[in-house]
Amino acid sequence: MGRTVINDQIMVHVTINGESRHALAEPRTLLAYFIRDNLGLTGTHVGCDTTSCGVCTVLLDGVPVKSCTVLAVQADGHDIETVEGLGHNGQLHPLQQAFWDNHGLQCGFCTPGMLMTTTALLRNSVDLTEHEVRRAISGNLCRCTGYVNIVKAVLEAKRRMGEETRKV
Amino acid sequence: MFPNSFEYYAPRSVEEIFGLLEQYGDETKILAGGQSLLPMMKLRLVAPSILIDINGISSWDNVTEQAHLLHIGALVRHRKWEYVLDSRVPLLHQTARHIADPLVRNRGTMGGSLAHADPAADWGAALLALKASVSIQSAHRSREVPLREFFVDTFTTVLEPQELVTGIRIPLHYDSGFVGARYLKLERKVGDFAVVGVAVTLVLDPHGVVLDAGIGLAAVGATPLAAVKAESLLQGHPLTPELIRHVASEAAKESDPVTDRRGSEEYKRAMVNVFVERGLTAVHHDWQRLMDVSA
Ligand SMILES: Cc1cc2nc3c(=O)[nH]c(=O)nc-3n(C[C@H](O)[C@H](O)[C@H](O)COP(=O)(O)OP(=O)(O)OC[C@H]3O[C@@H](n4cnc5c(N)ncnc54)[C@H](O)[C@@H]3O)c2cc1C
Ligand code: FES
Ligand code: FES
Repeated sequence: MGRTVINDQIMVHVTINGESRHALAEPRTLLAYFIRDNLGLTGTHVGCDTTSCGVCTVLLDGVPVKSCTVLAVQADGHDIETVEGLGHNGQLHPLQQAFWDNHGLQCGFCTPGMLMTTTALLRNSVDLTEHEVRRAISGNLCRCTGYVNIVKAVLEAKRRMGEETRKV
Repeated sequence: MFPNSFEYYAPRSVEEIFGLLEQYGDETKILAGGQSLLPMMKLRLVAPSILIDINGISSWDNVTEQAHLLHIGALVRHRKWEYVLDSRVPLLHQTARHIADPLVRNRGTMGGSLAHADPAADWGAALLALKASVSIQSAHRSREVPLREFFVDTFTTVLEPQELVTGIRIPLHYDSGFVGARYLKLERKVGDFAVVGVAVTLVLDPHGVVLDAGIGLAAVGATPLAAVKAESLLQGHPLTPELIRHVASEAAKESDPVTDRRGSEEYKRAMVNVFVERGLTAVHHDWQRLMDVSA
């Protein structure tokens, strides 16, 4: 089937945050672990490991998914974005900046997942209501700070990013 | 939490899938959205030696229409219906947003949900109400099974080991005027499976007479259930508050809940009653509003 298989491991090619990478993985390797252990990008967290908490959320071809419940081999040939891909040249992404400014985190464990889910939300919506933000992050659990500041941050990021596009 | 080892196949053609199923049958599992299968494999509740990933078959990701039937490919994700409101089958949109959470909905498929046959599945109840049928295929035959004959028991369907679900068919009502629907779900927290789920869909003529009625129930039986008797009480009658109350109590009698951590049998039955009444009443109000507007 055109795959390289070495000792029961399959070569998985992905584009991650715009960069081409490949590594061997057993078919049973979960995408979250592949990203952390094989590609060395530890911004993506693993919490519940049972598809409940959403801290492992990454964008797969632009769609937010729980990467603890996707096989690494399923991502072969696909595009992945993780929290490491948000900032550029040491500059925070406007969404990250808004989280910072609004204190949208406490311990920060849920933050990468929150950021990835809401990155997709910001890309795909023209306007955004508080209700829509709350719905969008309903698969992402925060165990310490609650959701008020997170929602505030996302709405502010939307406002700022809208202003930036208008300026251009 | 890694699953047991398995051999992974990602076929690019339908023939290849059937070839693999033919060869390995019992040892295989089909991987669709993976939102039920992968958690179960991680918990070692299942340990297939061969996994067939069907996500490469793009033709199963389509919704098409022919001869008064909406054909939904097995790989159409839950999220699709969250954003699409087809006024001929509003129940799909009504139901989609109650399934799991947005991240799970981005992956999970309608075909996978039916094949998995969780008694609490929201699509199970909704598609029973819509009188859908399941398209099933193997290397040797294809068959069309009414959903009302598809579920056998908890996590058990009529699917044979060499067969898979290729799509779901829903009858469309072209000529009739108004189609209204509701999905009501009691859940302990957002994104959780139903404690009780109720799907209602009605086709009403301009006089408010019920031309067709569907009532599906989730989490109150060994499989998702259709409240057949309650449906038949509606058929051909004008919708009135008295009839709605009668139908709701009949649906509650048809449900078959058990007492568990989520609630007692009595409580769940009472919730079926409340939800059927609420759902039908809401549809009735929708219809009345429409008549006011058009009058
Ligand atoms: C946190 C969480 C919450 C959830 N909450 C809900 C909820 O509230 N309501 C609800 O209804 N569901 C819920 N689910 C289940 C979810 O909707 C699943 O997506 C769905 O049940 C299974 O669909 P899938 O495509 O992911 O199937 P998979 O997980 O890929 O497969 C499930 C089973 O079906 C078989 N299968 C899959 N596709 C086919 C096919 N085409 N032909 C034959 N067999 C097939 C597989 O072999 C497997 O046995 C939840 C899941 C999670 C993780
Ligand atoms: S670690 Fe993936 S959902 Fe919790
Ligand atoms: S900030 Fe600690 S879990 Fe959300």
